[in-house]
Amino acid sequence: MSGWTTHEGLAVGLPLEGVDTDQLIPARFMSTPRAQGYGGFLLHDIRRDAGGALRGDFPLNDSRADGASILVARRNFGGGSSREAAAYALLDAGYRAVVAPSFGDIFQGNAVNNGLLPARVTEAEAEALLAALAAGPVAGAVDIGRGTLRVGEVSVPFTLAPGAAEKLVNGWDDIDLTRHHQDRIGAFRDALKRDRPWLWPGASAWRAGA
Amino acid sequence: MTAPRTLFDKLWDAHVITSSGDKDLLWVDRHFVHEGSHHAFGKIAQRGLPVAEPGLTFGVADHYVPTRHRDRPIPDADIARMVRTLSENTARHGITLFGLDDPRQGIVHVVGPEEGLTLPGTLVLCGDSHTSTHGAFGALGFGIGATEVAHVLATQTVWQARPAPMRIRVEGTLGPGVGAKDVALAWISRLGADGARGHAVEYAGSVVRGFSMEARLTLCNLSIEGGARMGMVAPDETTFAYLRGRPYAPGGDAWDAAVVAWSALPGDADAAFARETVLDGAEIAPIVTWGTSPEDALPITATLPDPARETDPARAARIKAALDYMGLSAGRPLDGTPVDRVFIGSCTNARIEDLRAAAAVLAGRKARVPGLVSPGSSLVKAQAEQEGLDTVFREAGLDWVASGCSMCVGMNGDLLAPGERCASTTNRNFRGRQGPGARTHLVSPVMAAAAAVTGTLTDARPLLQGRGT
Repeated sequence: MSGWTTHEGLAVGLPLEGVDTDQLIPARFMSTPRAQGYGGFLLHDIRRDAGGALRGDFPLNDSRADGASILVARRNFGGGSSREAAAYALLDAGYRAVVAPSFGDIFQGNAVNNGLLPARVTEAEAEALLAALAAGPVAGAVDIGRGTLRVGEVSVPFTLAPGAAEKLVNGWDDIDLTRHHQDRIGAFRDALKRDRPWLWPGASAWRAGA
Repeated sequence: MTAPRTLFDKLWDAHVITSSGDKDLLWVDRHFVHEGSHHAFGKIAQRGLPVAEPGLTFGVADHYVPTRHRDRPIPDADIARMVRTLSENTARHGITLFGLDDPRQGIVHVVGPEEGLTLPGTLVLCGDSHTSTHGAFGALGFGIGATEVAHVLATQTVWQARPAPMRIRVEGTLGPGVGAKDVALAWISRLGADGARGHAVEYAGSVVRGFSMEARLTLCNLSIEGGARMGMVAPDETTFAYLRGRPYAPGGDAWDAAVVAWSALPGDADAAFARETVLDGAEIAPIVTWGTSPEDALPITATLPDPARETDPARAARIKAALDYMGLSAGRPLDGTPVDRVFIGSCTNARIEDLRAAAAVLAGRKARVPGLVSPGSSLVKAQAEQEGLDTVFREAGLDWVASGCSMCVGMNGDLLAPGERCASTTNRNFRGRQGPGARTHLVSPVMAAAAAVTGTLTDARPLLQGRGT
């Protein structure tokens, strides 16, 4: 994963609250290998009518939103299931940043782990951004270093979960990072195994009748 | 003298290996993988990494498994591949698998506790948001995404920012026919689906103390529906009695040593919580969700909300959209709403007590609508059959099927048709969760059974008169 600090792109408003990860990608698409791309699954069901046709009144179906990379929504975006596929669907559809007053904790972590920015703003700021997008997508920009973003003429600060900014900017991979701590992990494990061998199920000589 | 600590503080502190910036590197005691973990196995395969602790990693086939015709090959090629890939990945890395044909197979959050794998004081992870369930033992359990699953496979550790401890106390006593599902929906409707975001919830109070392990598991399971990644209950005699003699629980002298360690886990009396909410058990009625978020929950005795009465236009619009999706009319009573189907199952409400409670309502009665009963595990299924509960469900006209996530998530093909309305003992009433256009009402097992008997959402309490649960 490569890091990034600034991004300029088209912003689109999705004035809904509680866009859960089941909306972001319905479960039935999740057996698809990632290599096939998840972009077509993004918000698959709610952007269509009962007959399966794309709804004209859904913001992301507006042809002017083609190529959009910044999404602005209302509170509790990405709640629910831990499916990382929700972040894959956004990324594969071209999004780099999602802006909302609150995010599901698990989604937020998954987004950062994949280089997708979950930018938290206040309710009032989200409404101001959505107002700027009410007539359709407009140009936007994000600066992780400064912690600010702009949609049309509206600029607001944003906050991130602890540790998210450095990870996004550096494109860090946790596995590589953690391996620097291998000695400490080994020492922790050895002490645990000595003091509480019963934490290793089936491996403990203490087990009775196993 | 150290500062007083909560249960959560003790659990967290005991797992910190090191810290970097705002995050702690935590040791993982138990890691459960399922069919959906294929992304993570793919990630470590790309790097050529082994699984760090195969002895602390357990595979469970649940998300995609069929609930019917288990004796035949899986007809759907994609589903068959998902189940096969889990078998291949666990075999390659020397991980114990509770697979499709294993008599211990079931839903991961039922199997872990049942096998004695989930223990007080442990940190339990799984690529599934309902991993909060395991906190019922006085453990740290939370769901993680695929990148984190790969990290745990490779290192047996996870980086996390420390959440703030929050306490939800449920005091007094619950009325008859009211249970853990109702308690959970009561607090979620009060605080919102993101009400406990960023917090680790400890459930306490006389109602929780009196709960069985099964009820505590239901309560902790639903923590994530209120935004809390983890929920927990301090271990006590109920916890120890449940665990004693379980296949993977410590035995012999190790049992005594473990109980000594576990008995030190409950929070110190004067430990501070960042937030606290108190519920009066006597005020909680059987609850039904009416909308498309678990926070859209009301007592069965209530009437549906009316967007015209809302002052906040955004909230009014959301209520209207939810009612439209659900095919419901503002201001009408919830009781009497016709349902097309019932589903009794899932990691939330498919343990033996849940099945007994539903059977108490259904015994000697006929269901007016079709329904599916999928036990939480194959061992729960066997026990229910030994108790004759399967006969109760079958004679009522419901389908008694094998164990898996089934119609809670619909990955295995157990789905509602578009527009169908279901009284469901599951955890999410999200749009399309049980199939495109499906309408889900979350309820307790007795309420699902009552809906089956009457063909409508209705108060289970009159149907329980003179019957024990």
